[in-house]
Formats: sequence, C-alpha cells, structure tokens
Amino acid sequence: MEILSEDNQMLRDAATGFLTKTMPVSAFREMRDRNDPLAYDKAAFDETAALGWMGLVLPEAVGGANFGYRAAGVIAEEIGRNLSALPFHSTAVLAATVLRSIGGDVLTNWGQGLASGETLVALAIDETNKHRPNQITTTAVANGDGFILTGRKVFVVDGVGADHLIATAMLDGELALFWVDPSADTTTLHPQIMLDARNAASVSFDGQSLPAAALLAKGDLAQTALDAALRAGRTVVAAEQLGIARACAQQTNEYLRTRKQFGTLIGNFQALQHRASDLYCEIEQTASLIAAALNAIDANAENAEALTRAAKAKAAKTGRLATEEAVQMHGGIGMTDEMDLGLYMKRDRALAEFLGDRACHIEWLLRNKGV
Amino acid sequence: MSDLALFRAETRAWLNENCPAEMRLPMGEDDICWGGINFEFSCPAQREWLNAMATRGWTVPAWPQDCGGAGLNGDEQRILTEEMRAINARPPLQSFGIWMLGPALLEFGSQAQKQHYLPQIARGEIRWCQGYSEPGAGSDLASVRTKGADAGDHFVVTGQKIWTSYANKADWIFCLVRTEPDASKHLGISFLLFDMTSKGVSTKPILLISGSSPFCETFFDAVQVPKENIVGERGQGWTIAKYLLTHEREMIGASDSAIFGSCDLTAEAVDSIGLDETGRLDDAYLRSELGDFLVEEMAFDAHLAATKTYMRAGNQLGARSAELKYLGTELNKSRQSLTMAMGGIEALTWEGPGNALAQTARGWLRSKGNSIEGGTSEVMLGILAKAVLKIPS
Repeated sequence: MEILSEDNQMLRDAATGFLTKTMPVSAFREMRDRNDPLAYDKAAFDETAALGWMGLVLPEAVGGANFGYRAAGVIAEEIGRNLSALPFHSTAVLAATVLRSIGGDVLTNWGQGLASGETLVALAIDETNKHRPNQITTTAVANGDGFILTGRKVFVVDGVGADHLIATAMLDGELALFWVDPSADTTTLHPQIMLDARNAASVSFDGQSLPAAALLAKGDLAQTALDAALRAGRTVVAAEQLGIARACAQQTNEYLRTRKQFGTLIGNFQALQHRASDLYCEIEQTASLIAAALNAIDANAENAEALTRAAKAKAAKTGRLATEEAVQMHGGIGMTDEMDLGLYMKRDRALAEFLGDRACHIEWLLRNKGV
Repeated sequence: MSDLALFRAETRAWLNENCPAEMRLPMGEDDICWGGINFEFSCPAQREWLNAMATRGWTVPAWPQDCGGAGLNGDEQRILTEEMRAINARPPLQSFGIWMLGPALLEFGSQAQKQHYLPQIARGEIRWCQGYSEPGAGSDLASVRTKGADAGDHFVVTGQKIWTSYANKADWIFCLVRTEPDASKHLGISFLLFDMTSKGVSTKPILLISGSSPFCETFFDAVQVPKENIVGERGQGWTIAKYLLTHEREMIGASDSAIFGSCDLTAEAVDSIGLDETGRLDDAYLRSELGDFLVEEMAFDAHLAATKTYMRAGNQLGARSAELKYLGTELNKSRQSLTMAMGGIEALTWEGPGNALAQTARGWLRSKGNSIEGGTSEVMLGILAKAVLKIPS
C-alpha cells in the first residue's frame, strides 16, 4: 500500500535488476554448496559497493549517499527476496550507524572506508544464547594510554572477513565501544557457518591490548550510538524478512495456480485459498509497519523505538508464518533441498534471532507501557 | 501563510466558535446523532451542532457543494478531521445515507436524484436503512429473491429482508430487488429507493446475544415503488451493490474510534489486575497475550495509515478493501476478548451497579458480528484469493 518516494522507487528497481541478475537464489545455493568460509561472493559484493549501497546511510562528507534508513530497508527487502548473501547489515547498517551516531573524528577516520566498501566491520555485542546487549561481561581496563580487552562474544555476524570489529565492553562501570583488529594475536576468531549458510564467528579477546584511539565512545555517547545501531539494524533485518516472506508467498501462490490433484488445480480448494489470502494480509500489514518504523527512524520521531520493536516482533511472526505455510502448501516437495523454500526458512530463522527475538522486543514494549 | 495553513486557522477558529461544549464530551452509543424525521435530539446542543455543521457543508465535507457538501479536497478533509479531534468534537451526524447511499448516488444517481436526496442526507433530515441481506441471501448476496413486479409506472415489491440495520427507525430504504426475473442471477437485480411508511412495509427487531437490537427483519407486502426511484439502470443493482460493499468494507476496516473504540487496554489491565513486585502485570499469561495484541494493533494502525495515504493520493482500493475489513474486524474481536479476560469477574456484570450498562460484556458479544456483517471473513479471503492473488489463475 505504501507509496515509495521516487528516489526509493528507483533504488528498488535498480536493486531488483541487479540482484536477480547477479545474485539470485541459484547463486546463493552454489556458494553454499562450495562451503565457502566467507559465505559471500566478494566480486559481487564489490559491485554492490560500486552501486553505493555501503554508504546508503552515511553522510556525503565521507562519501555516503545519505539516503536514510527507508532506503536501506528497500535494499534489504530485495536482498531477502533473492537470498543474496552480502555483509550489508553488519557494515552498511550496524557499523555505519555507530559511526554516524558518534560523529566527529570517529566518523571522519573510518566512514570513508565503510562507504566505499573497502572496510568491512562486524558488531560484536552478543555474549549469551539470547540477545541481551546491555548485559556485558567483556571488560576493558586502562593500560597506560590504551586498554586491555578481555571477554568472549558470540554470533558476530559477518565476523569472518571483517577488517575490524566494533565490540561492546564495560570500562570503569560504563558501556564502551571499541574498534578492534580481529587479526591480533590475542584475539581468537572461531569461524562458524550457521544454518542459513552465512558466517557468524565467535570471538575471544584474551587480554588484547588496544591503543587509545580504539575507544570510539563511552558512557552516554556509546549507549546512544549502540541504541541507534540496534534500532536501525532491527528494522532493516525485519525488511529482509519481509522480502523472504514475499518470495515464499509468491512461489506458493504460483504453485496453487499450477499444481493439480484430485483432477483439479489445488488453488480451487477453499481451504488453501483462505490460507494464501490470510498470509497475504499478514504480509501487507507487516510491510506497512516496517515502512512506518523506517520512516520514523529517518524522521527522528519519538515513537521510532516502539515501532522498531514492534516491526521486528511482527516480522518474526510473519516470516515464520510465510515459510511454514509455503512448505505445508507445497507438500512433500516443499521438504526437499532442491526447492528454495528451505533456504528461505533457514535464513528467516537466523534473522528472527539476530538482534533480538520476538519475546525480547515484546518484553520491551510491555515495559515501555509500564506493565 | 499557505492555503492549507490558512484553511487550518480558519477551521480551528470556526470550530472553537461553533462547537458547543456538550458536543466536546466523550460519547457513547446513545449520543450518536443519526438524524431523520423521528430523531429525538438528546439536547439542544446536539441540534445546534448538526445545523451549524450542515450549513457549512461539513457533515459531508467531501461531497460537492450543490449536493450539501463543502467540496473539500483530501488535505482539507484531513485538516478538518484533525482539528475536530483536537477539541474532541463529536461527529455531528452519522448515517447510512452518508456512508452508503450518498456514495452510490454520487457514482450512479441521476442529476435529479443527487439534487433531491443528497442535501436531505447532508442535513440529517432523512434517515436511511440498507435492504440487502435476505433469509436465503447472506454471504451469497446476489441470490436475493425479493421481487419487484413491473406494473407500468411502478414496481410492486414483495419479499423479506433481514439484518436491516435500524429499519425500525429509518425513514427510507435503499433496497436490492429482483426486477428482471428472466435475466441471470447477477443481472436481474435493481437498486430501488422507497419510503418506509409506504403501505405494506413492516419491521421486526432481532434481539442479539449482546442484548440489543440494532438489526431488523423487514417485510414487503406488495409495496408500490415509483419507477423513477430506481438508481442507475434496471438490472444494474448488483454493480451498485458491489461498489457499495467495497465502500462499506473500507469503512468498517478503516473506522478508527467510530466503530472500534480504541480503548487503552494496558491501563484497563493495570486497573483490573494490578502489577507484581517487579512492576509487571500480575498475570503472566495475559501479559504475554497483551504483548502479542499490542504488536498486532500497531501493525494494523500502520497499515491503515498507509492505506489512507494511498487513497488520498487518488488511488482506489478496490478488492483490497477486503484486506482491511478482514484484518480490522478480526483484530477487534481479539481486542474485545482480551478486554473481557482482563476485566475478569467485573466484566461479567450484565445489570446492576458497576460496569455501567455492561459495556464490556455487550461490546465483546457485539464484536462477534464484525467478521460476519458486510461480508464474512471467509468471503473476504475468497475475494482476495480471486481478485488480488489470482488463485486459481
């Protein structure tokens, strides 16, 4: 129902054209079968960087396009639809938002590299099985001019291949954000391939010494930057889930139009028509909620945080519905690896967990309402 | 100052000047102004407010000026709504004439019909009811059997309608009647207008599970209806009915406070159940249900807002009105069920002190009809499968 701005419509058309041609689902499948530890195609990534996607939310002063988060959501939705593997959330949304929020020298020093796609950055925030970004046991202590970092992070998405990490740690009882080189001897990066065939490392900082300049921000400045990054990241991830849901629904509706059983098209069965229509309705209102959240972030609106939480929670529900309905309505063939539905289902599951599951965000909404 | 800013300033000043204090108080079901020949105003301010707004064309702000409206464009309508909301101004008039018949006449009526009927509706002089469903034509509305026999300069209408909203209080009816017995199911229906005081018309209210009777059975025993009271052509009734149903679905799905009281569920829950020592609602399961509901409500609100923007840009919703109707009515049923659960024992009150007029229980029961009236949820899902998803192709 949303009427996209002319710029975002052009961006969508360009993204659709590029991704369906260069990075379709078949390309992702091929890469999965190669067991590539990086889990994305560097050459294809370079092309997206040349299109300016990595600087979408960064200011023009550092070579960004300053298109905003609605635009990032447009790209993410198309990425979801095509299952294109790209370090987009990690670098272009999460890390870029941290830099943008902190501003000053931090943005000037590192922004250019991010915007051009030369520097890849992953956020190291999770420490436990569930996303609890404010329960941090990783510590930093002052050491001369610099710091010593000790702790362990998990689910560092796109950690493999990252040139830098942005890690959360406690410094003098305050939240701090550090710019960390993962190739240092005192850092151990354990590469992992997750169920969605993307990489997400776990990382140990075993007393890594950091220079003074590694401290990007601490205290309120760090909290504001982290909150901004999570807000943006969650909503853009929800947009990718929307793309997945749309792809699954589209493929399922096509199946209902062509598959025959009992001597008739299965789309003639009312039970299946109603399931398809219900899924359609859920996808459409999820799309409106995600668009509202992204626009609220761009407008710095007061309700942006609440909309974001709701969008992530709703996307988790709709993503699950879409992928499960797709498999069920396809029947046995939906269970085969040969169909793409399983690839969508696995990616959706990972995204539902990434940056907080449904319960995490509903809990926030309830607390925010005073209950 | 831009034209719109000027319009806003003038609107605000006029509303402040003309909206009586009593018409800025919260309203219940009994405070709705329906208009009509027999309508009893609840207070002089209600009449004053209706007259002031009607004179300005603001009971139907989007209608053309020569039809009783003010010819406001989309932005101006939005501003008027916002300014009325800002001072809690009640709607001066609500009616099926405004919601249903008016839009049908604007689209299909003759010039004479528009100029005769529309200003009456705008001024709240005539109250209309809608004669659609029949005992044998519910979800399958096009199988209406009420017969309109051709008798030269008039039709003789015989048959029965059901679920006619407020038929016992209405002055006139717009009615689907089978006038072409030899034509096919969908091409044999005409859209007729007639006076409910005509000889042969009778009504009987239906008592609902909520204890109220908003609907009637309506009987026609050889009612004479002049031929000039037909809207559109003979046999065009189904086209008009479909147009109106789309309109109705947009309205049912899209109405904010008018139909779905958007109460603050969270506050009600705290009031009824209280908080535990950690400051959480003292009922973990209901709390989690409330959380689910809040997300669904935010999603629907966002979708509604997107829809309004889409329509203000000049787009037609068409079959997609079914999506709003389905989502909006199902959401309201969830809301009402949750309200009952949160109200606990107090919400069970039907009569007696506390829980004035048993609003919670009656509202909950009434809401069960939301996903039936105006086309069931199943009909909506069928429409979407066919018209939007093209299943089967």
